[in-house]
Amino acid sequence: MARAVTNRHKTIATIAAWIVALLIFFPILYTIITSFKSEQEAIQGFNLIPSGTFESYSEVQAQSGYFKFFLNSVILSVGSTILALLVAIPAAWSMAFSPTKRTKDILMWMLSTKMMPAVAVLFPIYLIFRNLGLLDSRIGLMVMLMLINLPIVVWMLYTYFREIPGEILEAARMDGASLWNEIVYVLTPMAVPGIASTMLLNIILAWNEAFWTIRLTTTDAAPLTAFISSFSSPQGLFWAKLSAASTLAIAPILIMGWFSQKQLVRGLTFGAVK
Amino acid sequence: MATQQTRSLARFMMAPSVVLLLVWMVVPLALTLWFSFQQYNPLNPIRDGFVGFSNYALFYSNPAFLYSILNTLTIVVSVLVITVVGGILLAMLIDQPMWGQGIVRILVISPFFVMPPVAALVWKNMIMHPQYGVFADIARFFGLQPIDWFGQYPLTAIIIIVAWQWLPFATLILLTSLQSLDGEQKEAAEMDGAGFLSRFWYLTLPHMSRAITVVILIQTIFLLSVYAEILVTTNGGPGYASTNLPFLVYQKALLEFKIGQASAGGVIAVILANIVAFFAMRAVGKNLDK
Repeated sequence: MARAVTNRHKTIATIAAWIVALLIFFPILYTIITSFKSEQEAIQGFNLIPSGTFESYSEVQAQSGYFKFFLNSVILSVGSTILALLVAIPAAWSMAFSPTKRTKDILMWMLSTKMMPAVAVLFPIYLIFRNLGLLDSRIGLMVMLMLINLPIVVWMLYTYFREIPGEILEAARMDGASLWNEIVYVLTPMAVPGIASTMLLNIILAWNEAFWTIRLTTTDAAPLTAFISSFSSPQGLFWAKLSAASTLAIAPILIMGWFSQKQLVRGLTFGAVK
Repeated sequence: MATQQTRSLARFMMAPSVVLLLVWMVVPLALTLWFSFQQYNPLNPIRDGFVGFSNYALFYSNPAFLYSILNTLTIVVSVLVITVVGGILLAMLIDQPMWGQGIVRILVISPFFVMPPVAALVWKNMIMHPQYGVFADIARFFGLQPIDWFGQYPLTAIIIIVAWQWLPFATLILLTSLQSLDGEQKEAAEMDGAGFLSRFWYLTLPHMSRAITVVILIQTIFLLSVYAEILVTTNGGPGYASTNLPFLVYQKALLEFKIGQASAGGVIAVILANIVAFFAMRAVGKNLDK
């Protein structure tokens, strides 16, 4: 009896959850489906079964050189993440292992820089970039993305590093390990998972950043966010192509995102929810 | 015991991050403040100079300013209500025992990874388009007149899109919090004859309160600066119907080249964000002491 009730409960929950989940996922699903339609099919009303043509994909590449934007997205997101890690790892490390009275204040202050609205400094940044010749350059944008995400990176690394037990360090020191050995053989292996998660989340955030990447680029350094935004001006009916471009733009990060759900919670709540 | 040596090493290791963020915070902000008191037009450099508070006066008296503040707040509050209420319900649903829970989670979280321009364009063209969109197809199926979302209800349309992007975030975080709720406590409450509603009210909701606070604060930071969604859908229009503060500042700065006014608007955006930040920092800071 109890079992029957549980099973019924489970069935209802399953059906309800799947319906809601599919509704939420629908815009993405429909985009993927439309990307395999011809332009003609795409505007012929609701239809979930595409003819399975790849022509939109090849046209997106042929007409707009999609791959260049994709490459820029990869370079910018990975590059800015590596830069951020290089700067943040030592900082998070020292905060986690030799905290001072001011460590907490510094962390809070770092977080507060994240709250500055980008638009408030749009023009100064634009001006600085123009005067330094950094407009539409990958290096400039990479530094920009690094600065935007640096507080999150420091915070996330800090919460991971803090979980590494200090006793292990003491034990290693007792055994006569030098500082260098300590870092290479004891700390690094324990820190790698945290660094990898931080990296993953940061790549996702940098990939999807859609203010500076649009405003500070024109063609050479433009990543996918800027490329997709260029579709907003009406150029006739191009939905199959738009869908193909969109699918390509979100696919890699969607898959990475699926693998980083847990880290996402932790990173975006600054360790407040685990 | 931290020795003098390790302490200076620690300072040395922290320096790059601190210096970079300090420069990144102070320099542009100081420039914005400076420009907000200047007459400056990159296209017409002859009439430059100090103008006191007139940029602020101009920006305030512009009817668009009031619209933009109202729209900004409408977007923030509406999306927060939708995502928090929806997120709680959705998290409780997904937390039930079911088949394929992992896949359901993946489907629900997915919109969060869609970059804002893609989300906005997909909704604009394929879902909400008054002629070819899925909503129009559904309306026609029921014999109704399709709605011209971006013409008639531009702000509502933007709120729907932004809520779709942030609902997964709220759900994921609330679900994580829900799953840390002690099963035994739940069972005990059930044994004591507590109904579903009282269990929700006295047990689940208090348990989720911190997660809810965090969701509200973090989303507010991002929702105050919604930009790409407006840029690719309505471009702030019709009129100022969907212009928020960031979008107005962008228009003033890069389209009209009224740098002084744009900077005055930027300063207001900073003040607005600081009010939110003040509460956000306190909430996150409390957690650090734990």
